[in-house]
Amino acid sequence: MGAAGRTGSWRVYRPIIDKTRCTRCLLCWLYCPEGCIERTVEDDVEVNLEYCKGCGICAEECPLKAITMVREGA
Amino acid sequence: MSIKGLPRREFILPGTAACPGCGLTLALRHVLKALGDRTILVVPAGCTSVIQGVAPNSSFAVPTLNIAFAASAAAASGIVNGLDAQGIRGVNVAVWAGDGGTADIGIQALSGAAERMTDMIYFCCDNESYMNTGIQRSSSTPPGAWTTTTPTGKREPKKDMPLIMAAHKIPYIATACSSYPIDLNSKVEEAKNIRGTRYIHILAPCPTGWRYPSERTVEVGRLAVETGLWPLYKIRDGRFEISIQSKPLLKESRRRPVKEYLEAQGRFSHLTQSEIDNIQGIVSAMWERLSLMDNKDIFKGW
Amino acid sequence: MVNLILDTGNHMVGHAVRAARVQVIAAYPITPQTSIVEHLATMVETAKLKARYICVESEHSALAACVGASYVGARTFTATSSQGLAYMHEMLHWTSGSRLPIVMAVVNRALGPPWNIWVDHTDSLSQRDTGWIQIYCSSNQEIFDTIIQCYKACESPEVSLPAMVCLEGVTLSHTLMPAIIPEQFEIDEYLPPYRPAATLNPERPKTFSNIFKPEDYMRLRHEMDRAMVRATKILEEAADEYSTHFGLRHHGGLVERYRLEGAEAAIVALGGLASEAKVAVDQLRMRGLKVGLLRVRVFRPFPKEDVRRLAENLRFIIVLDRDISFGMEGILYTEVKASLYDLSERPSLAGFIVGLGGVDVKSSEIADLVTKSMEGKFKGTVWVEV
Repeated sequence: MGAAGRTGSWRVYRPIIDKTRCTRCLLCWLYCPEGCIERTVEDDVEVNLEYCKGCGICAEECPLKAITMVREGA
Repeated sequence: MSIKGLPRREFILPGTAACPGCGLTLALRHVLKALGDRTILVVPAGCTSVIQGVAPNSSFAVPTLNIAFAASAAAASGIVNGLDAQGIRGVNVAVWAGDGGTADIGIQALSGAAERMTDMIYFCCDNESYMNTGIQRSSSTPPGAWTTTTPTGKREPKKDMPLIMAAHKIPYIATACSSYPIDLNSKVEEAKNIRGTRYIHILAPCPTGWRYPSERTVEVGRLAVETGLWPLYKIRDGRFEISIQSKPLLKESRRRPVKEYLEAQGRFSHLTQSEIDNIQGIVSAMWERLSLMDNKDIFKGW
Repeated sequence: MVNLILDTGNHMVGHAVRAARVQVIAAYPITPQTSIVEHLATMVETAKLKARYICVESEHSALAACVGASYVGARTFTATSSQGLAYMHEMLHWTSGSRLPIVMAVVNRALGPPWNIWVDHTDSLSQRDTGWIQIYCSSNQEIFDTIIQCYKACESPEVSLPAMVCLEGVTLSHTLMPAIIPEQFEIDEYLPPYRPAATLNPERPKTFSNIFKPEDYMRLRHEMDRAMVRATKILEEAADEYSTHFGLRHHGGLVERYRLEGAEAAIVALGGLASEAKVAVDQLRMRGLKVGLLRVRVFRPFPKEDVRRLAENLRFIIVLDRDISFGMEGILYTEVKASLYDLSERPSLAGFIVGLGGVDVKSSEIADLVTKSMEGKFKGTVWVEV
């Protein structure tokens, strides 16, 4: 359990990764402040929705615009 | 070092109490990746004390000592000597302090520890205010910035901590930025293999205190570097060297206008055009000095 | 085999630190403690004491460095006085709250302003709420013995609290007295190496002192208080074992009783002031007055039981305070009174503020205070000034 609880509940927006556009450059993994973008063995990326706070850095930095921030509950 | 070459292991466990988009958490994540698990972290009062979360849980997967605000470098000094006295080798002793705990209340202990060449890496994660207590000014707050204790903008210049550390003649000083994790990683890797006091000053943008939307943390840090306001450099054994990301900025035309950096942040929103022009002039003067210092052995002495 | 040496109180501290095999020392010089730090530095640099010596830049940093060293499992030591002790106040709380068995010598000296380098107990007594064990010594032998005993008691898992060993500035710190120093192997038998349960260790990572919820904070504070109460027994056991092991004189666990048999009146005092009071007791006994002395050796945890038992057969208690809590009274006086509160019958109490800032207190003056108290001339707090 995260030291500040399940911080995924903080989110207003959640990142959605479009795998068809993703080139596995890993910039989102690089820039996520908390390591909530998980890097698989094959260098795929998955968002950890339990803890992702929805800061939007990953979407902002993705060079292919493969990540969109979508409002929670929308 | 490529992105793919960076260590995979995470030492910051998700679910910290940090603000979304926190620049200093991003920096610490990469610092701990570079330091590895044979590390003891000393954390004085500041955002990082809170980011760890509430007992009995902790977000940090390395042994961590929380200590009083003024005392981090002194406690680290004790840890280094305590390990040495017991013949325990090969442990990185690292301080992770904010600008308050480094340049203000913590400066005495840091100066003392550095003068004694304490074998530690001291990281200053600089978000340019006492952020944890609610965005009050520090000596590291840049001139013109709004804070709760400088509501019409700070008058005084930003204290130059890296130069103060260079005056202690320690073997390694570097500036870094959370927006340049590969540069930060390479500086930590370099520092790890040097004995004596090593000081790395990391600019860490803060969406909460600098007043910008959380997704722009990396971009704001990038602008600090690309405008020339935050030069990336290192001083190794007294030799000053501008880092590769900042080298092109020796040419004035390659620097982005400071306006772009200042306008990206609400804390500078009250600046007049003449104040912005003034800051642009300061950048030029700063880079004249940096060009004189580049690749020179200027910090040796007895 | 034992060695008889003649040395100052300050140097006796150094001999004890060496005998205790302290591993890390961090200290900042301050009159009248300086000969402690100089002696220790000499012993380290001539390899007589195998320790790391950190020449810190302030007392606050001295204790912070000791905290760091103790957290990684080293036996640590520091020393200070008056202003220096005041400067490290925040770290005093940090040390006890961290439950670290650091031992510190405090050379009692008056607090400024104005500047005064002579003896006064306000410096350490005004830190009585910081969770540190406090012991007041009255001889150089006792200084040596107490430091060794403190490491033993403090490092016990039942205690795990720091201790201040207090010695009076100039009158004890710079006075030569003989002392018996046991052989090193005998000390090693009595005091094994420090082996704490939890440390900063990369092999077993733990976070120390992050944020605790209010209920958890209060629980930790209660545990600290319980540990301080347990220290009463552990300190007595450490002193008993020391006396038996080395065949040396027992200084008293919590208190030292002097000529209290059949006494009508008793003086209560700390440290060297109590030594002077013993001379007064002898003078008064020669004149046929039934007077004794209770020297409070361990001030924290306060020996409430011993003070209560003292009061059982007495008609007068005369407390000497070489300190003051402004707007209230002498600190020792307050503590004695509080210990007697529950008794249905209490002796007459008088408290004297004496010798602040190093004003000389003579045994004849003390004897005079006692006789006048027994004549009912004093009650409550009286300032004795020249």
